[in-house]
Amino acid sequence: MFRLRPEGDPATIAVVVEGRTTLVPAGASAAAAVLLAGFRSIRETPVQGSERAPYCMMGVCFDCLAEIDGVPNRQSCMIEARPGMQIRRQIRARKVDPAA
Amino acid sequence: MTRYDAIVMGGGLVGSAIAYGLAREGLRTVLLDEGDTAYRASRGNFGLVWVQSKGDGAPHYQRWTRRSADEWPALAAELLASTDISVGHERPGGVHLCLDETEFEERRARMARMQAEAGNFGFDYRMLDRRELADMLPGLGPSVIGASWTPYDGHTNSLNLLHALHKGFVEKGGRYIPNTTVGNAEVAPGDFRIPTADGEIGAAKIVLAAGLGNASLAGLFGLNAPVRPQRGQILVTERAQRVLPMPMTTIRQTIEGGIMLGDSQEDVGFNTSQKPEVMKTIARRAVLSFPWLRELQIVRAWAALRVMPPDGLPIYDQSERFPGAFTANCHSGVTLAGAHANLFAPMIAAGALDSDLDLFTARRFDVPAAA
Repeated sequence: MFRLRPEGDPATIAVVVEGRTTLVPAGASAAAAVLLAGFRSIRETPVQGSERAPYCMMGVCFDCLAEIDGVPNRQSCMIEARPGMQIRRQIRARKVDPAA
Repeated sequence: MTRYDAIVMGGGLVGSAIAYGLAREGLRTVLLDEGDTAYRASRGNFGLVWVQSKGDGAPHYQRWTRRSADEWPALAAELLASTDISVGHERPGGVHLCLDETEFEERRARMARMQAEAGNFGFDYRMLDRRELADMLPGLGPSVIGASWTPYDGHTNSLNLLHALHKGFVEKGGRYIPNTTVGNAEVAPGDFRIPTADGEIGAAKIVLAAGLGNASLAGLFGLNAPVRPQRGQILVTERAQRVLPMPMTTIRQTIEGGIMLGDSQEDVGFNTSQKPEVMKTIARRAVLSFPWLRELQIVRAWAALRVMPPDGLPIYDQSERFPGAFTANCHSGVTLAGAHANLFAPMIAAGALDSDLDLFTARRFDVPAAA
C-alpha cells in the first residue's frame, strides 16, 4: 500500500519486521518500516484484540505500539529505524513478571 | 421560560448521578454543565469505590459510604442494561499497604476505632501480615510489612461511569445543556429561574452540584458550601496483562490493564500543574510496594483538584430560606455515585433529605471559635 517517494533518500537501512527484512531510508521511523513492509497491522488491542496499524505518526495516538528489540509497547513512530532492528507485533497487553 | 421539575447545576459525577436518579424518579430534569474552563474533578480522579479509609470519627460517613458501595453493583448493572456502557465495576475487596511498623500500628488502631464506631452496623476488616499478603498480591516488595483489608472496597472506570450517567440521563428524558456558567439566578422558595443561552429555565427544585463552583453559588440560594481545592497527582503506566487482583489505596490496575499510581494531597489553591518531586514520591512508593512496576513505562500523568469540605466529609443541605434548593458537595464523586443516584435523588424527588443526612449539614461549621 505504501511506497517511497522517488525524490527521497534511498532505502539503505535494513530492519526486520515480523521476520520480513525491509529496507528504509536513513531517518525513517520504525512505524514507517512497518508500513513499507506491507503489514496491515502491527498490534492487537489489549482488551478486545482488534488489529491496529500506525496512524498519527507523531506520537499521539499510541496505535503504532510494537515490540522493538525485545521491549514491548514501544511507540514505533517515535523511534528511528536502526540497522538490524527487530520489530514485532504487540499482541494485546504486555506481559509482566511479578516474580522477577 | 421553559419549566422543569428540577434543575441540576453541575455535569460532573455528583450532578450527573443525581440528575440520572431524578430522571429515573420521573422528574423532568435539566442538567447544566459548565465547560472545559471548569476544573472537572470527575475527569481526573483515581477511580476507587473506596470504603475502608472513610469515616474515622464520623460513623455517619462510614455508613453513607458503605451504603453507596452497596448500591454500586445494582447501579453498574442498570447502566449497562440501559446504556450498553460497561463501567467496569469490580468489588474484590481492597487493601491499604503499610511500609513500616508505625504505619501498620496506626492503621491497626484506625481500623479498630472504625469498627467500634460502627456499632451494630458492623465493620469487617483484617490486619494482614506480610506472609498472608504476599499470597494475595503477586510480586509484593520486601518493604511492605502488612496491610489492612476489607471486603467492601472496589474500583471502576470512572470516565465510563460519567459517560454512562450522561447517556442514561438523556435516555430517561433528561435535557443536557453544556457550556453554561451560572452567574445569577432568580430565587424564591420553590421557584428558581436561571438564564441560559437557550433562554430562561425554571423549576421548583434546584440542586447545586457544581463542585468547587458551589462555594460561590451557594450563597445565592441561602446555602453554605465552604469547599476548597486539594490537589492530587496521578501517574498511569502502559497497559499490561492483569496481575493485581484487587485495588489498593494508591495503586490499582484498571480493568483495561493500565496501572494507576496516586495520590497526593496538596493545598496549593486553584493550581493544576504537576510537580516532579511529588511524582517521584508516588513512583518511589509504588516501586517499593511492587518492584516489578519498575519495568513499566509511565504513559500519562496529571493533576486534578479534589472538592474538599473543611472536615473532609460531604455536605448535604436543603435551604431553609429557599426550600427546594439543595446542595451536594464531596470529594468522593465516584464512591458516592451509588448513594447519589439511588438514595439521595429519591430524597430530593420526595422534597426532604432523610434524617440520616442531618449530620452532613453545613451548619456544623457554624460554631464560634473558642476565645
